[in-house]
Amino acid sequence: MPVRPIPRVLALVAALALVLAACGGGDKGGAGGAGAKSGGTMIFAASSDPKSLDPAFISDGESIRITNQLYEGLVATKPGGLDIVPSLAESWTPSADGKAWTFKLRSGVKFHDGTDFNAEAVCFNFDRQYNFKGLAQSDAVSYYWVSVFGGFSDKKEPSLYAGCEASDPQTAVIKLTHPSSSFLAALSLSSFSIQSPTALKQYKADEIGGTEDSPRFSAYGLEHPTGTGPFKFSSFKAGDRTEIVRNDDYWGKKSTLDKVIFRTIADGAARRQALEAKEIQGYDNVDPNDVEALKANFQVLQRPAFNIAYVGMNQAKPPLDNIKIRQAVAYALNKDALLKAKYPPGSQAAVDFMPPDVPGYNPDVNPYKYDPAKAKQLIAESGVKNPTIEFWYPTDVSRPYMPDPAGNFQAFKADLEKVGFKIVPKSAPWSPDYLDAYQAGKAQMYLVGWTGDFGDADNFLGVFFQAEKPEWGFKNPKIFGLLDAAERETDQAKRETLYKQAAVEIAKFVPGVPYAHTGPFLAFAKNVQGYVPSPVTTELFNSVTLGGQ
Amino acid sequence: MLKFTVRRLVQLVPILLGLSILVFVWVRALPGGPANALLGERASAQSIEEIRRELGLDRPVWVQYFSYMGRVVRFDLGTSISSRRPVLTEINERFPATVELSLAAMVFAVGVGVPLGFLAAKRYQDWFDQGSMVGSLLGVSVPVFFLGLVLKYVFAVKLGWLPSVGRETVTSTAPHPTGYYVLDSIVTLDPAALLDSVRHLILPAVALGTIPLAIVTRITRAAVLDVAGADYVRTARAKGMQPRVVDRRHILKNAMLPVATVIGLQTGLLLSGAILTETVFAWGGMGDWIYRAINNRDYAVIQGGILFLAIVFVVVNLLVDLSYAILDPRIRTR
Repeated sequence: MPVRPIPRVLALVAALALVLAACGGGDKGGAGGAGAKSGGTMIFAASSDPKSLDPAFISDGESIRITNQLYEGLVATKPGGLDIVPSLAESWTPSADGKAWTFKLRSGVKFHDGTDFNAEAVCFNFDRQYNFKGLAQSDAVSYYWVSVFGGFSDKKEPSLYAGCEASDPQTAVIKLTHPSSSFLAALSLSSFSIQSPTALKQYKADEIGGTEDSPRFSAYGLEHPTGTGPFKFSSFKAGDRTEIVRNDDYWGKKSTLDKVIFRTIADGAARRQALEAKEIQGYDNVDPNDVEALKANFQVLQRPAFNIAYVGMNQAKPPLDNIKIRQAVAYALNKDALLKAKYPPGSQAAVDFMPPDVPGYNPDVNPYKYDPAKAKQLIAESGVKNPTIEFWYPTDVSRPYMPDPAGNFQAFKADLEKVGFKIVPKSAPWSPDYLDAYQAGKAQMYLVGWTGDFGDADNFLGVFFQAEKPEWGFKNPKIFGLLDAAERETDQAKRETLYKQAAVEIAKFVPGVPYAHTGPFLAFAKNVQGYVPSPVTTELFNSVTLGGQ
Repeated sequence: MLKFTVRRLVQLVPILLGLSILVFVWVRALPGGPANALLGERASAQSIEEIRRELGLDRPVWVQYFSYMGRVVRFDLGTSISSRRPVLTEINERFPATVELSLAAMVFAVGVGVPLGFLAAKRYQDWFDQGSMVGSLLGVSVPVFFLGLVLKYVFAVKLGWLPSVGRETVTSTAPHPTGYYVLDSIVTLDPAALLDSVRHLILPAVALGTIPLAIVTRITRAAVLDVAGADYVRTARAKGMQPRVVDRRHILKNAMLPVATVIGLQTGLLLSGAILTETVFAWGGMGDWIYRAINNRDYAVIQGGILFLAIVFVVVNLLVDLSYAILDPRIRTR
């Protein structure tokens, strides 16, 4: 039988190979431009599309990464740190009763649409959020307003916000219903950025149409976001990219980059390969397992830790209502061994329920140093025979503070069994099953953690312990009272003392065991310079330059 | 023919109704809900309840279903809770990506698989046949995402010949009137954009097309072996017909019937199942979108997406059935 087609197939393969080779070495996507000292395009991989670029409506990291470039708030955090520094406000003073904050505003600032930034714009933005109606009031939409200010103008829930006055174009006074000192740090959140009132009105940013189960958001958020920041919005393409361009009229340090493109690449391995293939110049949340390998050809940066991993204990579920049992758990866990075995370099063992950079951090609380003998003794003293605990851990997830939950579980389980606990393993997929179970108070002991939003102790200790929560299952008026007092105190030094006291009480009460802080990693091509990692991820691209390759 | 098509389309209605109920109930039977997924570790029992109320999820399921179907018949598939954009808009943007990738994968699978299967049959049991059969066994066994990562490592990272992610170079400003990038570049007469989109298609198409390639090769081989022994082939040869003509007119054409079925089924599967390939190549299509929607309990996307893909699957199968009539005139006359 003649076999003529073979040469044809071979020819086809050969032709394909030729085409491939011809295509090779061409455009590599990365438009940084060899040798470009200024200008150029920076391509950064995002793990998802932004939900919206209207900062009032977002709380997710990928949206905020971009809004940080487009907008500014009255105050900001110092690059690389948590100190509050001037931004659109040059200075501020709280009133004696702590209920009115006067902000002196920067002059000569313009929004991207050419309109003036002034006190009226400031008040417009705060009043706007205060007057949100219907779905816009949802935690899912205006999360940060709800968590910082509480209720809205319809007074269904009490609100911290009492009003805003533009006493002259450069002076805005924000009034509160009660003194709050976490308020100032909270203003550094992207959600309280000042947007152009003209653009907000023109594009009907607040209009959420449709029905409850099919809401329609305004086109403002993904088509016309308008702020004062170092970059202006250029375009958004779902599932693909968001482009921003340099704001040549920026009042501060102008960017040398012409453009920044945030390319959506959901898969972590794909982000790494895209960097290696020179299609992007940087990405966030590098898998700690990739760090060593990437260091050879790329820059790997680490953010200062701004999170906490802890073992939660639900006191509504005996025997965890017994403080000796909780103390025994705390002494039984070998944090240092776990960190050494399972955590990326640069991770720290935790003692307080917040990271060390946060003002009010107390390094001197009882650290419950690993002591299995003491744990055994405490169990004996507790009067509980053969203590059995259901220990929950999440599957299908890796969090910066908990890269391998199953690994943490195994290590802690072994520690606890060594001192005489009987451990019943329980696991569930992280979202939503696991979160649902532990937040509803169904889990007895569980692995979880928290990444802060802004650099204030209230955002850690306040979130965990200021009120009764099903996941902890306790009422402790002393702890609740100290945290309430700390939140109301406007004197920063006094506040810090109160948080330190609260930390001591918390450590005595052992509601859970804090065990690790980690700093997430970022990777960049070698020619990227000037990226300053921030604990709260407020990293601005106007400080970034692309050097020669 | 028309009657057949209409009857098949009418049959679609109960199928889709049943499917819509199934999907509707299924997503609500999943533990947790959109509120937890939206708020993550920040969710409180109160905020979860509030969001359920706001999304109308506190109503009885049948009330929710009828309200949903009421909107579906008006072509409103709802709004995604995670992207906050209408589901139909997202389908419009993402479906062309999935179609383009699936077709490219099928072009690869058929373009290579049919000749390979044909040759294997012609060289029954010699080294070429054995080799291609082992190869196709490997093809169906290698996990797609792994193959994708390996292909990218070799051709994008090490050799730098082809891009590793996306459908076009991210700095490209080529217009996309249809959303089908290859077609767009042809319509707008832009050879650079054509080359760019084809280069982006190659690796994902090969990764995705490997399993269909293996299946098409095997089916073609079996069908050709079957037909080659038929009486009419022997007759054709006996009357002195050119071997090439026998191969083309009598063997290949008659062997194509089972192959067409497989191609149709595989295309339907690809359209609905390119999840891993799309994720690994950041392709921005339907598969990756629905997969993430399931994780986020994004009910509107899961319901709308699955319903839409079900329609596509049924329509593709209908087209396969219609293609029989073209390949085999006997079916037409029946």
